[in-house]
Amino acid sequence: MTTAVDRIAIKAKERPGDRIFSTATVVAGSLILAVLAAVALFLFVQSIPAFVAPADAFKGDFTNFWSYVAPLAFGTVWSAFLALLMAVPVAIAVALFISHYAPRKLAQGLGYLIDLLAAVPSVVFGLWGIGVLAPLVQPFYASLVDWFGWFPLFAGPVSGTGRTILTVAIVLAVMVLPIITAICREIFLQTPVLYEEASLALGATRWEMITMAVLPFGRAGIISAAMLGLGRALGETMAVAMVLSPNPQVIFQLLTSQNSNTIAANIALNFPEAHGVGVNILLATGLVLFVITLIVNMIARVIINRRKAFSGAN
Amino acid sequence: MNLMRYGRPAVIAIAVALVLSSCASNEGGASTSTAGAAAETAVAGTINVAGASSQGSAQEAWISAFQTANPDVTINYDPSGSGAGRETFIAGGTDFAGSDSYLSDEELAGTFAACAPDTLAVDLPVYISPIAVIFNVEGVTDLNLDADTLAKIFTGAITTWNDPAIAALNEDATLPATAITAVHRSDDSGTTKNFADYLFQAAPDVWTEKPADPFPYQTGEGAQGTSGVVDAVTNGTGTIGYADASRAGDLGVAKIKVGEEFVEYTAEAAAAVVDGSPLVEGRADNDLAIKLDRLTTDATHYPLVLVSYALVCTEYADAEQGTLVKEYVSYMASEAGQEEAAASAGAAPLSADLQAKVAAVLETVK
Repeated sequence: MTTAVDRIAIKAKERPGDRIFSTATVVAGSLILAVLAAVALFLFVQSIPAFVAPADAFKGDFTNFWSYVAPLAFGTVWSAFLALLMAVPVAIAVALFISHYAPRKLAQGLGYLIDLLAAVPSVVFGLWGIGVLAPLVQPFYASLVDWFGWFPLFAGPVSGTGRTILTVAIVLAVMVLPIITAICREIFLQTPVLYEEASLALGATRWEMITMAVLPFGRAGIISAAMLGLGRALGETMAVAMVLSPNPQVIFQLLTSQNSNTIAANIALNFPEAHGVGVNILLATGLVLFVITLIVNMIARVIINRRKAFSGAN
Repeated sequence: MNLMRYGRPAVIAIAVALVLSSCASNEGGASTSTAGAAAETAVAGTINVAGASSQGSAQEAWISAFQTANPDVTINYDPSGSGAGRETFIAGGTDFAGSDSYLSDEELAGTFAACAPDTLAVDLPVYISPIAVIFNVEGVTDLNLDADTLAKIFTGAITTWNDPAIAALNEDATLPATAITAVHRSDDSGTTKNFADYLFQAAPDVWTEKPADPFPYQTGEGAQGTSGVVDAVTNGTGTIGYADASRAGDLGVAKIKVGEEFVEYTAEAAAAVVDGSPLVEGRADNDLAIKLDRLTTDATHYPLVLVSYALVCTEYADAEQGTLVKEYVSYMASEAGQEEAAASAGAAPLSADLQAKVAAVLETVK
């Protein structure tokens, strides 16, 4: 009997196209893993000399690699965190405006405009940061320090040029805004119309409908959008290198001339003249950035998976 | 088919003719002309150079002028930094190096892979750039500073513009009470090293860190590259910084106290201090490493300068390559080359005296 079943088991005829296509996807899928593994391996192998480098190989008063990389890692996370703090609420508001408030024609135009913002190269954002934004916000920073200097984050002395980590965070926020907005908009548009109509029929205002139906449904999506934005903010190099006035310490103050540098900007600043073990040290900081990004993405995955149950997605 | 059959031998014949003729003209050029005048020689080949980024824009100008005069020559300058440039040259990866600091005694004790066995390399000054102290303070157009005050500003000991120390040097100026933002380079730079070297020698009580490429103090504000510093000073309030003089633009430039007078930078004053400085002692006779006299009291000198060298072998392992390098470096240090660098990179031309010395050393390079 079993042999008979085997014989009549339906097997679709494989055309050459099927085989080529499936092979192509398998190759593409494994290629991305191979590239990732190659980058990780390269970073790790090149980093080994940095981990055992003597104290005098480091610039400044550092005793070992970990004391060197700690302020940089802090600066990277701190600037990206500040950027997200500003970008996420604005991005959600813009996305909601496009998906639920704006007239259809305006919404479309606005969507295109925001996508356009994502196409601006980061070096242009950097030039804008030093040429326009920093001089513009400097007087504002000065009065902020005068009035709110008692608040630890706003402690002085104020930077005379405005090239502080807050300016960097604003530039980064503008850069990640289009990514977060575009994803949020798509998520909000996918809210089941039935939910929205149901809550409206129950007498909810538009605002209540959004808080009850749209936002809970899109929560996982908002988080993944924010994480994608965070990835860009963590890795941003050029704009930070151009705008930030760096200092090799852990510094929380937002408005002074001394700011913790980010890993990527530090590599960009020091690589051109680095030689010998200096190159290994910079690559090792790159490995740390790689690990930070991986951890952030893993945390995001965990949050999304946990929240899925409460959203309307299933 | 016919074309192919006759074409191949024809190509080979042309190539052979070209190679032979270029060899011949190469030798002719070497024997007739050594110093200066890139236009007269007809050499061929490729020179690879790596080194100081301070020389970068001057090298670009030299390369384009030299290659225009000698179409068969290709020169690649990799502005990878002085340290990397010296390492590559010592290891034999390049034909000569551009460096903001001369070869150390340890480096001279070793061997140079590109040079003939048992010969060493020498330092030849080819590029002088004055460093300007630029500032942007409302209501102040002229500023006089001495080394002590300058060092205190950049180490963070003086924090406001109306500090008594600054006021004492500028009796005529009305100095505001604004805070000082001292802008330094956030990347490694020979400009920082020379600026620090001046303060280390002229204000040793205040500036105690040994001069090096990174800025040593954790005060003030960092900016990327010369243009970053100029930008930060221009757009900020109460700012002061240091940059290659050619990039100072319309910004205020401080006068530096030399002896009893305050001296503004000029190309002549920068060349004069290099001329007036002794050579580093205990080196080969043909080594022109200069021990810059930062403590000069002669008011025609401007001691805040950067001198960049070409490090060349006295005898190359490959004689033809040696001739090529000799031609190119001779052009760099010639009057025409120095004018080119002054016009396109804002360098201060070497004095005629120093040009002659460099040419005399290059005469012996094989």
